[in-house]
Amino acid sequence: MKGLRIIVTVKQVPDTADVKIDPKTNSLMREGIPSILNPEDKNAVEAALCLKQQHGGTIIAITMGPPQAEEVLGEVLAMGADQGVLLTDRAFAGSDTLITAFTLSRAIMKLGKYDLILCGRQAIDGDTAQVGPQLAGFLELPQVTYAEHISIEKGNAVVRRGLEDSTEWVRVKLPTLVTVTAAVNAPRYPMLYNVEAACDGSRIIIWGAQELKVPETMLGLNASPTGVKKIFEPERKKKGQIITGDPKDMTGILIDKLQELNML
Amino acid sequence: MITLIPKKCIACKLCVKACLFGGVRLEHKTPVLTELCTGCGACIDVCRAGAIVSSGKSTGQIHNLALYKGIWVIAEQRRARLHPVTAELLGKARELADVRKTNVSAVVLGADIKHLSNVLIQHGADRVFIADAPFLEPYRTIPAERVIAGLIDKHKPEIILLGATTMGRDLAPRLANRFRTGLTADCTGLTIAADDGLLHQTRPAFGGNIMATITTPRHRPQMATVRPGVMQPQFFPDRNGETISVKVKQQASDNAVQILKTVKKRKSSISLEKAEVIVSGGRGLGESKNFRLLEKLARVFSGQVGASRAVVDMGWIAHEHQVGQTGKTVRPRIYIACGISGAVQHLAGMQESDIIIAINKDPQAPIMQIAHFGLVGDFKRIIPELIEQLKPAS
Repeated sequence: MKGLRIIVTVKQVPDTADVKIDPKTNSLMREGIPSILNPEDKNAVEAALCLKQQHGGTIIAITMGPPQAEEVLGEVLAMGADQGVLLTDRAFAGSDTLITAFTLSRAIMKLGKYDLILCGRQAIDGDTAQVGPQLAGFLELPQVTYAEHISIEKGNAVVRRGLEDSTEWVRVKLPTLVTVTAAVNAPRYPMLYNVEAACDGSRIIIWGAQELKVPETMLGLNASPTGVKKIFEPERKKKGQIITGDPKDMTGILIDKLQELNML
Repeated sequence: MITLIPKKCIACKLCVKACLFGGVRLEHKTPVLTELCTGCGACIDVCRAGAIVSSGKSTGQIHNLALYKGIWVIAEQRRARLHPVTAELLGKARELADVRKTNVSAVVLGADIKHLSNVLIQHGADRVFIADAPFLEPYRTIPAERVIAGLIDKHKPEIILLGATTMGRDLAPRLANRFRTGLTADCTGLTIAADDGLLHQTRPAFGGNIMATITTPRHRPQMATVRPGVMQPQFFPDRNGETISVKVKQQASDNAVQILKTVKKRKSSISLEKAEVIVSGGRGLGESKNFRLLEKLARVFSGQVGASRAVVDMGWIAHEHQVGQTGKTVRPRIYIACGISGAVQHLAGMQESDIIIAINKDPQAPIMQIAHFGLVGDFKRIIPELIEQLKPAS
């Protein structure tokens, strides 16, 4: 085999810990929240780089999002990927996982032949883990999820999967789609000379609905089967009893209460 | 409206691939529209033979929603034993079916699993589809997807629930994809809304900081994966139900993925999900060795030790002890949180506990807001007192 052609899907996500709801508008307050390359997508890029080191080839990173999502492609190019594809168009806005996977699949078909598609298992903003398998579905590829190790042998991928109570080794013929977890590797840092190369602009292609030749009725919010009915902050139970004082007394009060409730 | 001209068709299948909705398929090399066709026209653009034409605009009508009836649970089993999430799903499905005035069906795939039918019925199924064949054990995506999709296509359930396990989360997106329908991941709440009759699927997003309620208004089936440990199983020892054996045949494509070997992970002595009492520690413990004090208290209750994500990330204690969004969801009789501030991600995993006791220096810590009893002070002094005062009683 003369080199692998690997496609990696990546997503720009808000650093989730700080996301809050604006109580007035009942919408997400994203302002001022830093955007990052989704952590497990970084693992997928690293996995692609390792495979390229062993087997040679090309790595194409693809992302869908607003124009500023180009930033994560810059980061991925600086890690060592060869090419970035940004799918951006107002028509893509509001896509759920099915339509996101569909849109990605059209772009990947347009990119031509490939040996392997690597995805992070899930993105930290939604934690759905759905786009990878749904993308495999649209491309009619076999999938291997929860990968902790990947090697390529004679046109097959051999993958170790981390499941709840077991570890499974599987073999699948290329082309295939693999989703990786954080256990697969420790991603490298972007390299300075790569950053310079990444900045020349010629290595990022930008495509919209027109380039993908998909009618707008099949894209974005309107085509998405799922819709958000409402968002809210998690329910907090009403305040219980705060007990203060000397440890001995507090403990005594607590045990009395628990006995009253028949909990002991 | 889309019109097909079969005479011109060259059976190249491009239209089938182009259709997002599964609205066209080839039968004996002749194209036919299915009830899923939305009239969007994507197939017209790709047809090189001019065999597809459009008359008028898209109808916007997506599915004949009334065709879809019943609630299905895709059961999960390994080596002929059911995963606990299956009983939880059936418990929830039973409740939803009673509101929706419909039936519950379970689908189970594997080898030598005929005995599971009765178990599924006892947990709430009215009807069980069993596909029993060696090639279906252990679970693999492609054959499972093919067999279950065949059943869905034939019987058209309105709602399908799967566990949000590695299996459910591998399979559910493929099934949703086949039917081009909506799927909501990792739900923690499911209700049938009184106004629209839709399944309202509530799930945490943004690491548990936000809850979102999702619906699938115009597509069927409505699909969800459900977080293990959240729903309550029910048990009806004398229930009767119908068992249907599904005839299955292996296909060459089933072997696209071959399982080379499976190694069971070392069985852990920690089973937080089953513990009646959990004593958990967080960053406020100061150092890892203070977990020993927590272990002592846990022993008094014959309980287990839990932990926050922060201390697991710092390597103070193994991941199997972690409670929360990215750890385990628990609902013990008593949950004692020591030195845990109560980040949303932790609360998500324990707030359903019967009694929550927080021991914390800071009376303003979020954990104190949800605790039934909040003890303000130093755990190093309070826990030994607790151990002391509890011992004579036991």
